[in-house]
Amino acid sequence: MSVLLDPTGELQPLSRDRRARLSSLDGKTVALLDISKPGGDIFLDHLDRKLKGMGIRVRRYRKPTFTRIAPADLKHRIVTECDAVIEALAD
Amino acid sequence: MSIIPKDFSGYIAVVKEDCATCRLIESILADLRPLRVYSQDNPDFPSGLDHVIDDSQLEASWRLGIEIVPTLIRMQAGDEMERLTGWRRGDWRRLTARPALGAGLPEFSPGCGSKSLDPGMPEKLAYRYGDTPLQARRIEVAALEDEYELAFARGWSDGLPVVPPTEERVLRMLEGTSRAADEILGIIPPNQGACTVEKAAINAVMAGCKPEYLPVVLAAVEAACLDAFCMHGLLATTYFSGPIVIVNGPIVDRIGMNWGTNALGQGNRANSTIGRALQLVIRNVGGGRPGGVDRAALGQPGKVGFCFPEREHDSCWESLAVERGFSADESTVTLFAGGGVYAVADQKSRSPESLTRSLALTLRTVVHSKLAPAADAMLIIAPEHLRIFRQAKWTKARFREELNQHLTFRGQDILRGADGIDEGVPAKYAEATLNKFRPGGLLIVHTGGSAGLWSAVIGGWPASGIKGSSPVTVAVKS
Repeated sequence: MSVLLDPTGELQPLSRDRRARLSSLDGKTVALLDISKPGGDIFLDHLDRKLKGMGIRVRRYRKPTFTRIAPADLKHRIVTECDAVIEALAD
Repeated sequence: MSIIPKDFSGYIAVVKEDCATCRLIESILADLRPLRVYSQDNPDFPSGLDHVIDDSQLEASWRLGIEIVPTLIRMQAGDEMERLTGWRRGDWRRLTARPALGAGLPEFSPGCGSKSLDPGMPEKLAYRYGDTPLQARRIEVAALEDEYELAFARGWSDGLPVVPPTEERVLRMLEGTSRAADEILGIIPPNQGACTVEKAAINAVMAGCKPEYLPVVLAAVEAACLDAFCMHGLLATTYFSGPIVIVNGPIVDRIGMNWGTNALGQGNRANSTIGRALQLVIRNVGGGRPGGVDRAALGQPGKVGFCFPEREHDSCWESLAVERGFSADESTVTLFAGGGVYAVADQKSRSPESLTRSLALTLRTVVHSKLAPAADAMLIIAPEHLRIFRQAKWTKARFREELNQHLTFRGQDILRGADGIDEGVPAKYAEATLNKFRPGGLLIVHTGGSAGLWSAVIGGWPASGIKGSSPVTVAVKS
């Protein structure tokens, strides 16, 4: 029997339960997150109009660049100010 | 050193039967009292002694730091006073205060190498008896399990076999650096865990590196963790790019890298394995795998690993590292987010003006001929093309200046829809003059074999510069 060394990061991330899905958007605030990819604003503008037309509060957010993970303060703002988030991922 | 009695006073002899000098002195050991004899290969050797300690596991040899057998050590109250190696009659007589010792023996006979120094043995013994610096989780391979297949099954491989990272191999790899095994090189994406020297060394073993390559691997990992390089986005992109490692400085020749024929190709161990080690670190330590966070639509073969050195010794231009602020006698690693290699063939140009225009033509196609600025790029000048600039006494700065003049576009020529092609720059640039590359976005490197009027262009990642990846250079630490 031989012994090998684990080449992986050996990370043990904490497991957290998902938040319960919202049953309705009535009275809720929805975050629209633009990751700064071309075309994201077109998609989110459309959603913005649609959601507001349904009487739903909308807040807009933007990552500085799509190439890096979202800054912690941006994530924190979205979590504290909104109930749901829609992210525009691709071009 | 529990294997040697505390406060022991007397002689310690370490021998092996396979050594002619040990057999030569076999008869005189009985004259030494008190004596502890450790035998490395046969506990019945030497004969004629009341007690021989079996050191076939080599623990005493390792703890005593034995390099040559026979070794004779005089101990005083647990402290070593003096040691002799091999047989030299006068020295043994002096050490043992026995003027007639070995009267019938020749005056001198050299010893043999200790079994504790057999190939691979120092690392095994260091792991077995030493304070191992290794912290990584141990994974036992069952007797009927194939360790190569295990590496595939656990997802550690890039698709090619990897060298099994045994404790001995990793310890030997760590001999290649003076840096501590638990030193953190950086936070490696995408899982954002810390990458230690030890983890990098494990992956360097798997990639096939030799210990002397490790400093370059460590520098490459450090560079990849720099925010400016943006390894996370580079990994996640659907584009072709991956980290390309360019090595400069004295370490290139010290570890036998290839800057000559086929410099960008296969066949040189250092070139082939250093880039692969970085990619294995990203895969295994970072958790970045194709189909996972790596979303490349096509990828390219260089993503297995892409590393090459600059050909510096006969270049008339300052090296990439010098251009980037390092001294020529410093060893450095530069990372560039690049894709595949495409050729620039020009066998007719004999003037620098013509060749510059020729090179610019290909550079204008980086990412797309109708996009500017498009992405960073690397221009690799091979020796026969550089000769044309040398003969005309063009400096690198002059070449850059002239080249730039051929790398501008009139916006109206490359608008979306122009030439019947929808791709292009937005209409708002119709009146603008656009540069193909941002300032600092074109790297120029000299490498390759001395025959062939070719050069090469490696296109970068469209997310170049502050929004994504900038080339980064770090010094190689020993």
